[in-house]
Order: sequence, then structure tokens, then C-alpha cells
Amino acid sequence: MNLEFSPEEIAFRNEVRAFIDANYPKHLKGVGLREDLSKEDFLAWHKILGKKGWSAPAWPKEYGGTGWTATQRYIWLEENARAETIPPLPFGVSMVGPVIYTFGTPEQKERYLPGILKGDVWWAQGYSEPGAGSDLASLKTKAVREGDYYIVNGQKTWTTLGQYADWGFFLVRTDPNAKAQEGISFLLIDMKSPGVTVRPIKLLDGGYEVNDVFLEDVKVPVDQRIYEENKGWTCAKFLLAHERAGIAGVARSKRNVEKLKSIAKTEIGDDGAPLIEDDEFQRKLAQLEIDLSALEMTELRVLARESAGKGPGPESSLLKIKGTEIQQRLTELTLEAVGNYAQPYTRELGGNEFAVGPDYSRGAAPIYFNWRKASIYGGSNEIQRNIIAKMVLGL
Amino acid sequence: MNFDYTDEQNMLRDSIAKWAQGQYDFDKRREALKSDDAWKKNWATFAELGLLAAPLPEDVGGLGGGPLDVSVVMEEFGKALVVEPYVPTVVIGGGAINYAGSSAQKEEHLAAIAGGERVIAFAQAEPKSRWTLHDVSTTAKKDGAGYVLNGQKAVVIGGPQADTLLVSARTAGGQRDAKGVSLFLVSKSAKGVTTRDYPTIDGTRASEVYFENVSVGADALVGAADNALPLIDRIVDEANTAYCHEAVGCLRMMTDLTREYAKTRKQFGKAIAEFQVLQHRMVDMFMATEESVSIALLATLKLGDSDHERAKAVSAAKVSIGRAGRFVGQAAVQTHGGMGVTEEMRVGHYFKRATMLDSTFGNVDTHLKRYAALTAKAAA
Repeated sequence: MNLEFSPEEIAFRNEVRAFIDANYPKHLKGVGLREDLSKEDFLAWHKILGKKGWSAPAWPKEYGGTGWTATQRYIWLEENARAETIPPLPFGVSMVGPVIYTFGTPEQKERYLPGILKGDVWWAQGYSEPGAGSDLASLKTKAVREGDYYIVNGQKTWTTLGQYADWGFFLVRTDPNAKAQEGISFLLIDMKSPGVTVRPIKLLDGGYEVNDVFLEDVKVPVDQRIYEENKGWTCAKFLLAHERAGIAGVARSKRNVEKLKSIAKTEIGDDGAPLIEDDEFQRKLAQLEIDLSALEMTELRVLARESAGKGPGPESSLLKIKGTEIQQRLTELTLEAVGNYAQPYTRELGGNEFAVGPDYSRGAAPIYFNWRKASIYGGSNEIQRNIIAKMVLGL
Repeated sequence: MNFDYTDEQNMLRDSIAKWAQGQYDFDKRREALKSDDAWKKNWATFAELGLLAAPLPEDVGGLGGGPLDVSVVMEEFGKALVVEPYVPTVVIGGGAINYAGSSAQKEEHLAAIAGGERVIAFAQAEPKSRWTLHDVSTTAKKDGAGYVLNGQKAVVIGGPQADTLLVSARTAGGQRDAKGVSLFLVSKSAKGVTTRDYPTIDGTRASEVYFENVSVGADALVGAADNALPLIDRIVDEANTAYCHEAVGCLRMMTDLTREYAKTRKQFGKAIAEFQVLQHRMVDMFMATEESVSIALLATLKLGDSDHERAKAVSAAKVSIGRAGRFVGQAAVQTHGGMGVTEEMRVGHYFKRATMLDSTFGNVDTHLKRYAALTAKAAA
């Protein structure tokens, strides 16, 4: 066992670094992942990677994956975080894609996977409902079979970036009489279908990132159902475990630690020296880095086990809890670092020309407030603890 | 020892609560935030209710109350998420003039504050000063009998509504010297004063204020030249105490709203309030709120004590309440789930306000260090 990269791995790192340098769109350099990007900007890097065959490194090679080892995938994420690329959105590549290649028919794979890989089709998630959040299996959106179609009625919510979506994957109830988990099916719905309405929800940070999706007598061909009728919960659980695995965000957090340090070098602390020299601040930063190191090693151990043939298991809940807690602490420390320039809110005044304070101060408060979502989405951290208690500890 | 509020203080509390319920509920407030002028009507009401006069002396048109009256006002303001610039005008502006102003300044400003005709903003912080009150680069150079001001002030809360600015400026010494800071009253319409106005993320209004060769007379000086820092310390301690009570109002609301939500929100076939892990979190929220009530009150009751005791108590309150605001706010949002992150739920607005109050006049770390320095000094 050792932590050193092999010469081949170092060569791989140099290769991907050079590729990113040469191919990442110039106008998006240093922009980072922001909810107010245009649809084209969100997809720009995804499309370039699609052409290269690198948009879905974790997929099996036969479906368009890269065939990289876990270490290579780790290097890939590190290099992307380092360059602050706008990564392919998770909804297609990390969520519905794996469900389709795992549970779909050959025709479905052929129909949907290329669009996901190329970044031509924007996917959205239709899981939560106003009455079904943590208790997802209590969902009520119903799909009634009529010949070759389902007629779908109901409301979904928290659909991230659904305002741009071409297609959505939805959990719907197909058997109202079965036990909660047993009457659910997994449907793919064209968001342009008559009866689909997307309504953006304004969040605390002033942005529109999530949406309500209303479904009113939406006709969905039966061949857009993945896996068997009433077996959708199997797909849902599989997808949630996959979603959790990527959610730790270690590489991005490491990058954000570096950004925080550079802010703290510029900001002046209470005693007149740069904030980075402030004892209190140093301790918090050190603790954060230590916790991030522990998380990174844990993630690497989980990945190693995965590449030994075991899919993501309930341990991935640990990555979700710790990863999101660290992300949130980073937003807290960044908020502290910028001092009273956290307060101005110039977004609705019309962008940068109205901005006040240093550039790095602008997002600090909105991101802090927005990022409270991280311990709520993808199965709240309370639910993740329940999963560990039950599935790992056998309690 | 006596922890009772007077009948007048109880009436004050009730009158604000009644006004807020009728005229400043969540939807009306939200509408008002979109308007440049809505605050004027509210400000007139504050004058009618005696809020603006509450802590000022009777001989200048005030009601002769004190910090406890302010604490009552501020807690209610916290509950209603009032964004009008009460603290800059009444506590800071009114306080500075009352403690150190000339009789002419008192005559010119205090009755006007009480009557709602004068709005003051405190132009103190600077782009690089963080929360250090004696870090002042803005200069006031002697020019004949008067002074000429140059510099930039940052995040001046209430700047857009103000007609008058209370400005800290350096009349002697280096950028971070304790000596050499002076306070001036400057009309916002004075030649050479420009502002850039903007909203803050919690719905108040603020300005960047620029002074370019602004001439003021000797009568603009508040208190003695070069030696305003003790006065600034005092009025900022009083402002922080007022803000702590505002935060307490936010904390009470977040705790209550979360409890009510948890009792009605059903998942897994029962109210989420039945889950022990959430019960314990709500108990912790309750405890943090009660401790905040206590330490804010302690600070208020120590405002009249020695400078040392006052400073210690205020920093203690800022530390406790800054932490409580973060914990209670995060816990409240978490317990509300996705709804907690939306703009349409009240709870998040209290969270935003409590968070921004922590970053006003020093955050938890600033005040922990100040408290430690003060106690170390006493022990040495």
C-alpha cells in the first residue's frame, strides 16, 4: 500500500492537465460553477469532453466510459477542480445514465446514452414532492396506464436547473394499492410534452436554481419506462447511492480551501496583520484541512473497494455527510473572511458594474445561504445517518 | 435585584407588536423592500409611537428612557425583521450627540431625531478597516477654523435614507493609532459627498460614501478633536447591544417557527417533531435562545457600568449571540428541509438577518479576542 502515483499515473496527470489547458473554453476560465450561467456555458465543457470521450469516466467502457482506474478518475477530478472547470452536470452523467445502462433495454440504452455523453440532452430530476421529501417513498404523482401510454398527474419539486431541461426522470406511482416502495415506476419524460409546467422557486440567496414541476395529464409512452413496472424503487435506490458517492466533492473543497487562503492573505485581520496570520482563523482553517484530509482518505478507501468490484454501498452516506459538512464550513469561513463586505447584495442591481467591495466578497453570503441545501438534498444528512445506523451498524 | 419591565416598557413592546402585525407583516414588508420610499411611512409611525424618542433625554424632546427601552424596541424589531435604520439614527447618532455634542448640536439634532425629521448614518467602516474602530484612513485636515474631509467609507448602513452622516476621520496620527480620531456631523448634501447606494442581503440599505474635499466648520466636530475613540467605543457597544436584542428577536422567531413547522410537517406517517433527533436539536435551539436572552440583558444592564465592565459584557453578548445565531439559524433551515432555503419562508429571512448581525461591528472572533484581552488586562 502506498500513496505515491506511479510513473504511468503521473504521465496520465500531465496528459489530462495539458488537455484541460488546451481545450477548456477561454471565456469560462476562472468562472467556476455558478447557478446563473447560461445553458450554453453549463454545457460547453461537457460537449468538448463528449467529443473526446471523457464526459463519463465512471461509466463502464462498453457504454462510453473511459475505462480509467479509480486512481485515474481521482486524478481527473483533481485536475478539473484545479482548473475550476464547469463539470458535466450530474443529472445525466451521474444519475439517470447509470440507471439506464444498468436497468434499461438495449433500445433505451441506444436511444438515451449518446445524448447524455455528448451533452446534447439536459436531464432533470423529478423525485421529491411537496409531501415527499425525506420520506421519498410516500410520493403521490400517479401514472395510469392507458394502452401504450401512461397518463401522469402530480407535482414534483426541488428540480435543480429544471428550467433548462430537455428531459426528466421521474418517480411515479403506478400501483396505488401496493406498499409504498412497491408501487413505484421510473419514467423518462420529455419536458416539452403537453401538460409539463416548470416554475422556478426563488431561494434565499436570490437565485433561481430549483423548480416546481407540474404534470397535468402528461402522456408518456410505455417504452419510456425504465425497468419493470412497480420496480422503480430499485432504480431510485441505486441512483441515490450513486448520487451520494459523488457528493463528497473533495477535489472542489480542496480548491476552495486554496481560494479561502488567498482571500485571507488579502484581508486584514482584527490586529492589523493579514487575516491568514490570525490565530483564531488559522485554527479553524487547520481543522478544516485536517478533516478534509481524513475525508479524502476515506473516499479513496471507498473507491478502492468499489474498483474491487463492489458498487457504492451504504458507506457512501458517510461521504455525503462529511463532504457536505466540510463544504458548508468552507462557506462559513469564507463568509467570516470577507468581513462586512459580506453584506452588500448587488446581484439585482445589474451585475458587476454596480458591485462594491472586492470581487471575492461578492458571492460569500449568497453561497453561504445557498449551500445550506447541501445537508438537505440527495437525502438529508439525518436520513444518511439513519442509513448508516440501519445498513452499516445493523441498529 | 428585579427583572421586571415597567408598565411603560410593556406598553412599548405591545404597541410595536401591534403595529408590526398590522403594517409590517411578511408580505407588506416584502413589498416595502422593493420601494425606495416605503420606509418614510414607517419612520413616521416610529416617531408617533415614541420609539425614536425613547432613549433620549426629556429636555431635548426625548422620553428619558434608557438602554432597556431600546432593548424592548429592538427585540420586537428583530421579530418583525424591521430594516429601517433605527440603530444608526437613534442609538449611534442620538447617543453620540447626547453624550458629547455641543448644546447647538443637541438643539439642532436631538429633537429632530425624536420627531422623525432627522436620519443619521454612521460612516465609520472603511474598505480595509474590517471592524477595527481606530483603523481610520479618511482624513479631516484643519483648514482655517474648520476641516476638509477626504476618504471612503464602506457599508454605511442606512446611508441611502440618511440626511446626516456621523463620520469618523483622522485628524492626527497614523492609520491605526488610537489617538487622532475625531467625529464629525456632515450633511449628506454637503458639496463633495457622493454615495453609491445598494441593498444588503438581509434587506437593509447601505451606501459606499465618498468624501472629496468636503469642507465643514469647526462646529461639525462632535466632542474633542483627536480623542473620539472612547466615545466611538461607547456608542458602538450600545449599538451592538441593541443589535444583540434584535438578534434575540430573530432567534425566538426561528425557534418558534421551527417548532410549529415540525409539529405540522409529516413524513414517514407522523409529524417530524416526533423524531427524537429533531426534538433534541430543537431543545438545543431553545437553550441557545434562552442563553442569548440572558446575555443580551446582561450587556444592556452593564451599559452604564465602567468602560471595562461595559466592554466585557457587550463582547460576551456578541460572542454568545453570534454563535447562537449561526447554530439556531442553520438548525432552523435544516429542520425546514428544502422549504427552509426558499425565499417564501420567513425562517430563512431571520437566518439571513442574524447572520449579518454577526458581521456588524465585529464577529464572534473579534469579540472573543476583545473579551480575552479585557480579562487578561484585569488579571495582570
